[in-house]
Amino acid sequence: MSLELKNVEKKVGAKTHIYSTNLRFEKNTINVLLGSTLSGKTTLMQIMVGLDKPTSGEIWFNEKNVTGVAVQKRNASMVYQQFINYSNFTVFENIASPLKILGVKQDEIKNRVGKVAELLKLSDMFNKRPHELSGGQQQRTALARALVKDSDLILLDEPLANLDFKLREELREELPRLFENRDCIVVYATTEPMDALLIGGNTATIHEGNIIQYGKTIDVYNEPINVISAKVFNDPPINTAYANKKGELFSIEGNSVSWSLQGNLNKLKDDRYTIGIRPHSITPYKQKENSVKIKGKVLIAELSGSESIIHFQSGNLNWVSLSTGIHPLEVGVEAELYMDVNQFLYFDQNNKLIKHV
Amino acid sequence: MGKTLNQKAWFFVLPVFILVAFNAAIPLMTVVNYSFQETFGDNVFFWEGTKWFKQILRSERFHDALGRQFLFTSIILIIQIPLGIAIALSMPKKGPGVSICLVLMSMPLLIPWNVVGAMWNIFALPEIGFLGKAINTLGIKYNFTQQPFAAWFTTILMDVWHWTSLVVLLSYAGLCAIPDAYYQAAKIDGASRWAVLRHIELPKMKKVLTIAILLRFMDSFMIYTEPFVLTGGGPGNATAFLSIDLVKIALGQFDLGPAAAMSLIYFFIVLLICWVFYNLMMKNEGQK
Amino acid sequence: MSKISLKNLSHSYLAKQNKDLDWALRDINLEWSDGGAYALLGPSGCGKTTLLNIISGLLKPTKGEVYFDDKKITHLSPVERNIAQVFQFPVIYDTMTVFDNLAFPLRNRGFPRDRIGARVKEIAEMLDLSETLYNRASGLTADGKQKISLGRGLVRSDVNVIMFDEPLTVIDPHLKWILRSKLKELHQEINRTMIYVTHDQTEALTFADQVVVMHEGKIVQKGTPVELFEKPKHTFVGHFIGSPGMNILSCDLKNDEVIFSKTKIETEKKIKVKKNYLKTQIGVRPEFVNFSDSGIPAKVLKVSNAGRHQIVDVECSGGKLKMISSAATNIPSENVYLKFNSKYTHVYGDDWIIEE
Repeated sequence: MSLELKNVEKKVGAKTHIYSTNLRFEKNTINVLLGSTLSGKTTLMQIMVGLDKPTSGEIWFNEKNVTGVAVQKRNASMVYQQFINYSNFTVFENIASPLKILGVKQDEIKNRVGKVAELLKLSDMFNKRPHELSGGQQQRTALARALVKDSDLILLDEPLANLDFKLREELREELPRLFENRDCIVVYATTEPMDALLIGGNTATIHEGNIIQYGKTIDVYNEPINVISAKVFNDPPINTAYANKKGELFSIEGNSVSWSLQGNLNKLKDDRYTIGIRPHSITPYKQKENSVKIKGKVLIAELSGSESIIHFQSGNLNWVSLSTGIHPLEVGVEAELYMDVNQFLYFDQNNKLIKHV
Repeated sequence: MGKTLNQKAWFFVLPVFILVAFNAAIPLMTVVNYSFQETFGDNVFFWEGTKWFKQILRSERFHDALGRQFLFTSIILIIQIPLGIAIALSMPKKGPGVSICLVLMSMPLLIPWNVVGAMWNIFALPEIGFLGKAINTLGIKYNFTQQPFAAWFTTILMDVWHWTSLVVLLSYAGLCAIPDAYYQAAKIDGASRWAVLRHIELPKMKKVLTIAILLRFMDSFMIYTEPFVLTGGGPGNATAFLSIDLVKIALGQFDLGPAAAMSLIYFFIVLLICWVFYNLMMKNEGQK
Repeated sequence: MSKISLKNLSHSYLAKQNKDLDWALRDINLEWSDGGAYALLGPSGCGKTTLLNIISGLLKPTKGEVYFDDKKITHLSPVERNIAQVFQFPVIYDTMTVFDNLAFPLRNRGFPRDRIGARVKEIAEMLDLSETLYNRASGLTADGKQKISLGRGLVRSDVNVIMFDEPLTVIDPHLKWILRSKLKELHQEINRTMIYVTHDQTEALTFADQVVVMHEGKIVQKGTPVELFEKPKHTFVGHFIGSPGMNILSCDLKNDEVIFSKTKIETEKKIKVKKNYLKTQIGVRPEFVNFSDSGIPAKVLKVSNAGRHQIVDVECSGGKLKMISSAATNIPSENVYLKFNSKYTHVYGDDWIIEE
């Protein structure tokens, strides 16, 4: 079982919403579409499921061309951000509705609904109506309705975005368990990098209608193919700066910070490179022996009980540092922070990643 | 968002197509046909070209009827729209009062139009009608069958009674859609009641009010049944609005050609004004 | 600027109250001093918006009193209290420009024109709105509109308190953190009392000097972000704060000793058991569970890479636990021993902390 997009493009009038895309999803995978709002995630998902037609290109499912096939004929389900449920049906009727349409027998409906409801902890709620439920329970009902059909393709469009912080955490942890042993392809759209990391599976980073990179989540995170992919996949956003290499030394433009490296990066030619520094690579204390010092003026320190996010200005750039522990730095203070240069990402003149060996 | 093509839908629309064709499209084409021809009866027609159109557009009778119509519609809109909004503003948004108010407001709209005309006819009769007798008792000489001013007054009063509820219901729906937070913010900003109306309620009701104004404009411009039953177009020609005048020509004098031409001119005036008004109101929406 | 006191505040939206849950707020007593940054943190339905609306005057409480600077203001309208409120979704006057929006509260109070102009420009500068000042307000993005809402509150220099009701709800995630740090910067600059209501602990803990955690209409704990993190007084606070939340598992108390997973657990100070509890639990945050050579035997179930650290799911005889380890740590794949950091291990009796 596989879902494949071949040269799929979507134009509305003169504007291109999705640029020519080639993607292949395999059976039993959770695929995360990670990108900011309006990057094209929803449009792409609607094309995948058949709610929308691509301007050009084809969709193949199970090695068969399904472009133009109506969504009702595809064995797919979708869960939305806004807890979509039938407001005049009870929870039971809501979950049973796709099976009723398919003409499944009453006994089997009871059986299947019961199983899915237990998975989503809704077994006590069968007689309630959606407006009597909390947000989390409504979204679980929508999820149950999507799962009961045993579809081949399950799409989730930012399903946790309207939930409370804690509920989001809880449901996010349950999701992978819900999808195991289902023999289906799951596509999950989100704007939060943490969602992608904790759900695992594969991730496709998408930016302004372009799929930048697709692969195993941890690979896309550790080795972003270019600066844009790195920016999409980091929260707080990754710090970027220009660094010039002269001989053995790298130095940040407009700053006094400089360092040298081992390995293949040492052998790069003298030129101007872009470096990406994740906020947690900068800390107000020395992490490692070879950590490099950076001086800056503190703009604001946000302390969250377990972590400190420090915004500071160094050279002519604004930087963000994320560290564990409480570091209450005062606004306006000249502080010294340390960076782990081995965690930096190096990009060449075309903004492509140079692998650090 | 585009939808996948499904040809089956055309079959669902077919019955309606046929119905509309017989009830509207074909009669309309017939009128267009008549407007270019002359007949003396017996189904014999002579081609006249644009003679009727030129004649109508130059006729003083048409200008008079048109003038009366514009005056009537303007007065109706000036009274009904603000009045409707005012009533909607004073209706409760929560509690038992809501259903009572909604039912009260719907009632005038449910009465058949000729019954409305007949009701007001009797109501306003100078000797035995409640309204007529009351006005005359106050010392004002009032007889709508003889005085043009009284006829206008009664017709307008009747229309306001009959149709303001529509504006009320539409405005009320628009008002209920405004989230509470706007009122709360206005309270905090220290805005006066008038400022709240001007800066929050009216702008948020814009779409709904556009519909209300368009509907009232079209209906009042084409008004026939109620004034016909009430005054018959009289006294004389005082309340002979466009539709009434048109029917007089078409059926009374059996001048199908001019009547057909007048209908079409009439139709285009309504179309033009609606189109201009709608575009004016929706102009800003597109710019956002 | 003022000190805010809430005394015995209770509120119900129902005409008659039969049970505890008919009350949206129950017996709230709170005191906030001048100029601080405060947060009301809790899940949906805990009563935080109700409390905010009572403080701002949009709601009159069923019982209890509100004081600004020791003056009873429970029945004063919002205008008379001199407060400002920013709502969940941007509230702007569509027909006006950004400038007119910001000037509106001042014009309503009859300020002279030139003063209005100067003040509006000052606030616009603070909020990075100077460039769009003469554009129609309806044309701005969601975060721009929220800034206008905020600006309308800031523009009045006599404002006592500025209140925020989940203001970042409609903001794009990648802009959220910019606006968040902007709010904190603003507070430092203008030093006015700000109360921030949210269900997002990151927003609450990074913004506020003092956080009030609410649950089902009651205040569960009030303290600094550090206090709430290191010493939650109630299991709800332990669970609600921290991502992932505190590990809370059953334990036994025998002769002032804490037994968990058949192992004696050390706490910083000795526990003094004062009465019999129906339920005793041990609470320790994932950040304070470590691998060790000896201690509680456990099995590693799953390792999740969260970028800046790793979240490890382990299971021992006492139950399932989560641990946070640094990104560089090599997680052993099989049987391990766990040790809890005694300074941050707490014992709870019937959900409340048993103080040492």
